[in-house]
Amino acid sequence: MHERILPKPMTNSSLPPVRTGQSWSALAAQFAPALLLLALLAAWQIVVWLQVYPPFIIPPPLAVWQKGVEVIADGTLWGHIQATMGAVVAGLAVGLAAAVGLGYLIAKNRVLDHALSPLIAAFQSAPVVAYAPLLVIWFGSGLTSKIVTSALIVFFPMLMNTVVGINSVPTALRDLMRSMQATRWQTFSKLEVPAAMPVLLGGLKISASLAVIGAVVGEFVNANAGLGYLINLARSQYDTPLVIVAVLALTLMARLLYSGVRLLENHTLAWQKRDRPQWK
Amino acid sequence: MTVQLAVRDLTVVYPAPGGGAFPALGPISFQIEAGTFVCLIGPSGCGKSTLIRLLGGLQSPTRGQAFLGESVIREPSRRVGLMFQDANLMPWRTVVDNIALPLELAGVSPVARTQSALALLPKLGLSAEFAQSYPAELSGGMAQRVALGRVLIQEPEVLLLDEPFGALDALTREQISFDLMHMWSTGGQTALMVTHNIHEALLLADRILVLSRRPGQLVADIAVTLPRPRRISDSYRDDFGVLAAAVRAAIQQT
Repeated sequence: MHERILPKPMTNSSLPPVRTGQSWSALAAQFAPALLLLALLAAWQIVVWLQVYPPFIIPPPLAVWQKGVEVIADGTLWGHIQATMGAVVAGLAVGLAAAVGLGYLIAKNRVLDHALSPLIAAFQSAPVVAYAPLLVIWFGSGLTSKIVTSALIVFFPMLMNTVVGINSVPTALRDLMRSMQATRWQTFSKLEVPAAMPVLLGGLKISASLAVIGAVVGEFVNANAGLGYLINLARSQYDTPLVIVAVLALTLMARLLYSGVRLLENHTLAWQKRDRPQWK
Repeated sequence: MTVQLAVRDLTVVYPAPGGGAFPALGPISFQIEAGTFVCLIGPSGCGKSTLIRLLGGLQSPTRGQAFLGESVIREPSRRVGLMFQDANLMPWRTVVDNIALPLELAGVSPVARTQSALALLPKLGLSAEFAQSYPAELSGGMAQRVALGRVLIQEPEVLLLDEPFGALDALTREQISFDLMHMWSTGGQTALMVTHNIHEALLLADRILVLSRRPGQLVADIAVTLPRPRRISDSYRDDFGVLAAAVRAAIQQT
């Protein structure tokens, strides 16, 4: 009788070797942003060496670095960052509170929805730069007009996300809460808020970046402090390195705010991000 | 025996899309004694789910009345536990937090409600290792067990089950039906369950109510005289076959 020969089970030693090419591509992907930045800096320096433009239009990277160190050391930059950050945080808070409050009321009240939706659509399509001068006339050149500009630019996308988020709560879950005699507050806090949270946080991510734009627009129009004001001032004095330093500070600020919202999202929506075991 | 649930001339009529009336249910009258398990069978769209919603206080009838004990049902009651075809679990809450939700809404302390939910897991056939899992990590059968736990934790007098296992595969459905029967027999609740499955109805129920096509009216009230406790092997009994034929005939005459 012939013995039936079964294929050998695969052991660690018989497993195909790990492809090193994959680890190289992973490594390259990890360092790609830094490499790209270095390439851009190199290209910038080459343009400066070739003297295509005068230094007051395209200053050398080293001049920008030195300007940055100078304004950080003497506290100038920090003062303007504080002014802009104050307007951004306050504008974000006011805009979010108003948008979430009104968005909830619109989502729950059909009459209010019909009454306000055309107005909201009209206001939303007006660019903030166009009406920012009006805000400066009404609220002055101080912090208030910057906060209002920032709040207004945050308001509309957050309002839309709130309405969509609350309306997307499944009717079956509303019935479930009713069947358990949940109060209106319990339905709000234990169903509507968590169910709408992914959409609300999506709106907050957009709003965090928009709030910076709003504050800077307010500072461009008329202000006596802030990074927008600093950019305007430096531009009028042909201090291009300072313009670039202020723009970089703004980029960093927007990025930090965005990262803060991402952290909040990771914490709040942990249930969405867990690795799923295969029970199914 | 005490009557726990009753409906009298219950009728639901919806406005038709093009004007006029769209009769969805009734008039229908019946009563259910305390501690009995009743199954409701009828063609699709005959108003079974509407009837469950009326008894759960989620909807008002056009005419007639529904009673929970002596009281007219006008709103949901904590004495009634409602389970739907979909598990309707909150995806952001863990298994334990989903089960404990009714206690949370009733103001029970976090420690007490978590203990109650954890104590319920083995009875539901769920391992403790799933206590902190999220609904997306569960199979359909496990999710329905969690939904059942959420109903049972409030210790309701009445269970209203709207085809709760309809979406499950046959084996899971049979197992979970038996687990439900076991929990019902120890809990002593009054149960009304919508099902399309004659086999399931005969294994679970003391009575089977058969509804006609829309608007659903009662066409048969069949007493299931099979002895308890019931087993899968009961489906091979002669009287099981006779009862199944009676239910099928009642459905066909609708």
